[in-house]
Amino acid sequence: MAKESNFKNMTLTLFVVTLLSSACLGFVYSFTKGPIDNAQTAKINVALSKVLPEFDNQPSTEKFTREVDGGILTFYPATKGGVAVGTAIQTFSKNGFSGQVDLMVGFLPDGSINSVEVIAHKETPGLGDKMESTKSDFSVQFKGKNPADFKLMVKKDGGDVDAITASTISSRAFCDAVLRAYNAYMKEGGAQ
Amino acid sequence: MNQVKNFTKGFIKENPVFVLLLGMCPTLGTTTSAVNGLGMGLATTFVLVMANIVISLVKNVIPAKVRIPSYIVIIASFVTMVDLSMAGFLPALHAQLGLFIPLIVVNCIVLGRAEAFASKNTIGSSFIDGLGMGLGFSFALTLLGATREILGSGKIFGLTLFPDKYAMLVFVLAPGAFFALGYLITIMNKLAKKN
Repeated sequence: MAKESNFKNMTLTLFVVTLLSSACLGFVYSFTKGPIDNAQTAKINVALSKVLPEFDNQPSTEKFTREVDGGILTFYPATKGGVAVGTAIQTFSKNGFSGQVDLMVGFLPDGSINSVEVIAHKETPGLGDKMESTKSDFSVQFKGKNPADFKLMVKKDGGDVDAITASTISSRAFCDAVLRAYNAYMKEGGAQ
Repeated sequence: MNQVKNFTKGFIKENPVFVLLLGMCPTLGTTTSAVNGLGMGLATTFVLVMANIVISLVKNVIPAKVRIPSYIVIIASFVTMVDLSMAGFLPALHAQLGLFIPLIVVNCIVLGRAEAFASKNTIGSSFIDGLGMGLGFSFALTLLGATREILGSGKIFGLTLFPDKYAMLVFVLAPGAFFALGYLITIMNKLAKKN
């Protein structure tokens, strides 16, 4: 059975165990890094193609970031034949029902919303997760709306957005994220 | 000899969820649907089997006083491997299970089996024990996930059985996990008594 413990063999054992573990982890990391990066890029690209009008550049290579409200907004400018057709902004809200909500919002050059896709969230399955475009039509109501005359707040708070039934907090977080993207877009002078 | 018994005890007699009541955190947290329960169960099974094998291998060279830290490091390494592989190859499932994958490290079942079984038995028995316990855990999580998914959203493995307006949403939420688990344990106890 187990050996008697003394200072020397305890130190040596722990050293060897941690050394071998870290070597294994380093190997697995180097092996999975590629697929993880690809999976994330693929997710961003799918979201980009959904929220932007047709484009022929590579928005993910021309991205730039701005720091807003203690977080990072990523801008993906899209052009077709050299003419700007819109900008997708990866935005966030920290007011979700259970943590952060990340969205991709596509804006047209006139400042109106082309479409919104959810990148990541931890909202309740069956309630707050209806913000995903595959689960309910909640996010469809933002299509084609210009936040200049469409108030990005749920109706309960005096806005124009139909909240998800029983998920007012998730709906508020969604509006919060879209509004943050819109304000940043305006500040960057995106809408001429 | 009794390897069959070693394997099957994890399903009914010593089922980690229904009988031992271990690992309640992932059990209640991830079983919002049958697929999530199954994914979590299989991830835990992999960690259990690998940790049991390795710990059984090194049990004689690890001094008694540092065995728990050593076991935890070994377990944590396997969990991180699962986490990285899942993020790379199954990103959708990884996004669903989220925080619960790293938390397999602190799942009582894994360390419990390492300490109670693998550190005292041969590699072969430890492998069988890990596999049996892991599959028993997966079975329990899938059953609980399926129950909650059917009652809570009218679906099973994502296939709609009836429209979700007739479903009891509470079963998908946290309290429903407790209700469903309570009833499943009652049923399991009833069945166990009959035998």
